[in-house]
Amino acid sequence: MKTESLIARLAADTAPIEKPAAVFAKGLGGGIAVAFLLVWSVLGFRHDMLHAMAVWGYWAKFAYTLALAIAGFVIVERLARPGTEAGHRILLVAAAFALAATGALAQWLSAPDAQHAKLFFGGSWRVCVPLIVLVSLPIFVGVIAALRQLAPTRPIAAGAAAGLLAGAAGAFVYGFHCNESALIFVSIWYSAGIAAMTAIGALTGRWLLRW
Amino acid sequence: MVAALSGDGAAYHHLLKLLTPHLRAYFARRLHVGAEAEDLVQETLIAIHTKRASYDTAQPFTAWLHAIARYKLIDHLRKSGIRKTVALEEAGAITAESDSDAAEAARDVEQLLATLPAAKRALLRQVKLDGLSTAEAAAATGMSESAVKVGVHRSLQALMKRIGVKP
Repeated sequence: MKTESLIARLAADTAPIEKPAAVFAKGLGGGIAVAFLLVWSVLGFRHDMLHAMAVWGYWAKFAYTLALAIAGFVIVERLARPGTEAGHRILLVAAAFALAATGALAQWLSAPDAQHAKLFFGGSWRVCVPLIVLVSLPIFVGVIAALRQLAPTRPIAAGAAAGLLAGAAGAFVYGFHCNESALIFVSIWYSAGIAAMTAIGALTGRWLLRW
Repeated sequence: MVAALSGDGAAYHHLLKLLTPHLRAYFARRLHVGAEAEDLVQETLIAIHTKRASYDTAQPFTAWLHAIARYKLIDHLRKSGIRKTVALEEAGAITAESDSDAAEAARDVEQLLATLPAAKRALLRQVKLDGLSTAEAAAATGMSESAVKVGVHRSLQALMKRIGVKP
């Protein structure tokens, strides 16, 4: 086809296009809804929720995963557009992790020796990482679908950012099932689960995000 | 592009027409095969269209456009088997050299010149851009040679002041 007629055809299509905010809202919202459904139907919410709310570690767990999810989102939002860089936004991830690690260290130092193993391994360290990955997968699918509608020109970085966002949001949702509240446990095993999702995103981004 | 995003078809048509020669030059310089370059021009135009939502109006349009063209170029090179071992993430060096710098510089100069009054602008263009000697410019404008020199000097000073350079 002649380039001139192609231009005429493209220019004739002035239908409004879905805004990135709406694209992300659908992908992310849909993914999180499925993740909640998954936790509710397969894993079940923790039974001592009301009791646990009195412990500050319960809130710290959600604050940490929420902060990472927000950091992941602002990076994904940048990498979804050609010609923009994630830049200093990556520091948000480091800041959230540093804050959690500092809290974990304080907890470690203030706890008696006999408690250390319990704070470190909790009762569920073996299943924590795989379950976070499992819960994160529907969110990952949603974020990737949104990214495919936009235009990530750095697919590996964008995939990693999508994995980070999905992993953090998935860990947030998983927090309603998991009854661990120790910051030491969260900053190690939750972080490992989120890192695993980030790695999955980086490895698959190249294939999933082609356009 | 901002007008195009809000549904102005005429502005959009104008923009795409304007971009095409730039894209053609960009791909032609890197591919050496005319037909492939034209294919990529069309692919890039289609990408500009289908991915237009990804343009953030707060960001420079040229950066957005260049990133898309570069992505299409690398995608094409990878598909056609050239440079099989270069990962997309490391390919920055290949396309880091910009061929639009000269064009952008020329545009900047024109924009700056436009801020001068017409007579001074014409004089400066003759002496500094078209390469006329002071005597030739004096003959062309009917001014004395020293008036030409003073005029050119003052115009340059005015422009330097405008872009914040201390003379």
